[in-house]
Amino acid sequence: MKETTEPLIRFEKVTKTFGSKRILNELSFDVSKGETLVIMGPSGTGKSVTLRHAIGLMQPDSGRVVVAGHDMSTISRKDLAELRTKVGYLFQEGALINWMSVGDNVALPLRENTDFDEDEIRARVEQKLELVHLKDVWERMPSDISGGMRKRVGLARALITDPEIIFYDEPNAGLDPEISMSVNHLIRELADSLGITSIVITHLLSCVRVVADRVIMLEAGDIVVDTTPAEFIAANHPRVKQFLGEFAD
Amino acid sequence: MYTGEGNTAGERLMSFRESFVSVCVSVGHIVELFLQVVLRLPHVWKRRESTAAQLYGASVQVLHVVLLVGFFIGMVVSLQTGIELSGIGQQDQIGTIVTVSMAREMGPFITGIIIAATVGSAMAAEIGTMAVSEELAALEVLSVDRVSFLVVPRLVALAVMCPLLTVFCDAVGVIGGGFVAEAQLNVGLELYYDSAVSALQTPTEIFALPKDVYSGLFKSFVFGLIVACIACSAGLRASGGALGVGSATRQAVRDSIIWIIISNYFMTLFFYQS
Ligand SMILES: Nc1ncnc2c1ncn2[C@@H]1O[C@H](COP(=O)(O)OP(=O)(O)OP(=O)(O)O)[C@@H](O)[C@H]1O
Ligand SMILES: [Mg+2]
Repeated sequence: MKETTEPLIRFEKVTKTFGSKRILNELSFDVSKGETLVIMGPSGTGKSVTLRHAIGLMQPDSGRVVVAGHDMSTISRKDLAELRTKVGYLFQEGALINWMSVGDNVALPLRENTDFDEDEIRARVEQKLELVHLKDVWERMPSDISGGMRKRVGLARALITDPEIIFYDEPNAGLDPEISMSVNHLIRELADSLGITSIVITHLLSCVRVVADRVIMLEAGDIVVDTTPAEFIAANHPRVKQFLGEFAD
Repeated sequence: MYTGEGNTAGERLMSFRESFVSVCVSVGHIVELFLQVVLRLPHVWKRRESTAAQLYGASVQVLHVVLLVGFFIGMVVSLQTGIELSGIGQQDQIGTIVTVSMAREMGPFITGIIIAATVGSAMAAEIGTMAVSEELAALEVLSVDRVSFLVVPRLVALAVMCPLLTVFCDAVGVIGGGFVAEAQLNVGLELYYDSAVSALQTPTEIFALPKDVYSGLFKSFVFGLIVACIACSAGLRASGGALGVGSATRQAVRDSIIWIIISNYFMTLFFYQS
C-alpha cells in the first residue's frame, strides 16, 4: 500500500436500494490510515450494509467505495483476493462454518491461503483463541457453543491473518460486561500497537469510549453526526441525546 | 368478472417471459458451475477429507434405501413380465428381461431418483443454510474458493457413488426377480439365473463389459453429475432465511428429477439407436 495522505477507506456518495427501500443515501465518509471509526445508529439503518460495501460483498447502486486505492466495483479478482488477505471481517452473527470445528474454522484462512505447516497453524490458532479468552475449544462445534463464544471465535478468525484493516460488526454484542470490555481493549491495543485501521459498529457507549478515534451516527442512510468520542458521549447534539437516551449503556 | 393478477394477455406474457428468463438463468448457472468444477478437478486431492466425508454420506446413508427399492423393483418387473410371458409359454425368458431392464433402465433410474431425493436435497439444504447465514459471504471474505471448497467434493462423490450404487441396485433387482420367478411363476431358480447370466454375455465391441451394463453405469454417472450440480447450484443461490432454504431444496429435487428423466431419454437414444 502506498504511503500518501489519501484516506485508506473512502465512501463517495454511496447509494444502495433494496427493492423500494433506499438504505444508503449518498453516504460519504473517509477513514484514514491507523484510525478507528465507530459507526452507531438505530437498528436497521444500514450499518452492516455499509461494512459489506467496504469489503466488496455488496456493490453500490451509485457512488464509489475505495479501499487501499482500489475502487471496489472495478477491482480485479486477483487484487480483491490479495486485498482481502489484508482485511479482517467480524460478521454480526459470527458466520462460522457450521460443519467445521471451532479450531478448523479459525485455521481455515491459513490452510487455504498460506503454506504454514500444521504445527505452525495450530500455534497461531491457539494464540488467537487465547486473545479472545477461549481455551480448549478446538474440537467444539459452532452449534455447541454459546452465541458470545461464537462471536469471539469469529473475532479470532478475523484476526488470524494479522490483517491491516479490520471491520468489526458489533464485536461486543452478546458478550458479558467483563469480556466485552476486554474485547474493547483488544481492539484498541491492535490499533495502537500495530497501527490497524478499523471500522467498528456498536450499540455500546463503553465501546465508543475505549476504541473510538471518531464516531459517526448513521440514520436514514446518511450521517447525522460526525464527531469525537468525547463530544458524542457528552451528547451535545440533540439527536444523539435522544438516541443515547433510548440506548443507555 | 374476476380480474386478478396476470389475467390480461400482456401480464401473462410478462410472467411467462419472467419464468422463461429465470429458467435460462438457472440453467446457465448450473452449466457454469459444472465447468468451474471441471477446471478445479485437480483440487480433489487437497479436498480429500471432505470428499471422503461426502462419499460416506452418499453411500452408507442411502445404500439400504437403494437395496430395498431395487429389490422390489426387480420383483415387480419379474411379476409383470412373467405373467405375460407365462401366457405364451416363454417363462424361461424372465431372467433375461429382468436383468436387461434392471441394467439398462431401472437400476440407474431408480438410483438417480433416490440420490436426488436424499443426497441431493441434503446438499441443497446444507449449502443453502450456509448461504442464508452469511457463511458463504464469510468464505468469500476469507478468500476461500467456494466451488473448490464445497462443490468439488460433492460432485466427485456423486459421480463415483451413483454408478457404484447402481451396481448394487441391479444386483438386488435381479435377485428379487429370481425370488418372484421361483415363488409366483414356477420358474426354477436355475433356469432363471441361466437366462440372467446369458443376457449379460452379449459380445461387445468396446469393453469386456456388456453394453447393457456399461450404458447403464454411464447413465448413472451422468445422473450423479446432474444431481450434484443442480443441488449445489440451488443451495448457492438460496436467499431469504429458512424459507429460502426450503424452496432451494424443493427446487433442487424437482429439477434433478426432471433432468434425470430428460437426459435418460437422450442417452438411451444415443446408446441404442443404431
Ligand atoms: N441482502 C439484502 N436484501 C434486502 N434487504 C436487505 C439486505 N441486507 C440488508 N437489507 C435491509 O437493509 C436494512 C439495513 O440492514 P443492516 O443489516 O445494515 O442494518 P443494521 O444497521 O446493521 O442493523 P442492526 O443494528 O440491527 O444490525 C434492513 O432494513 C434490511 O432489511
Ligand atoms: Mg447490523
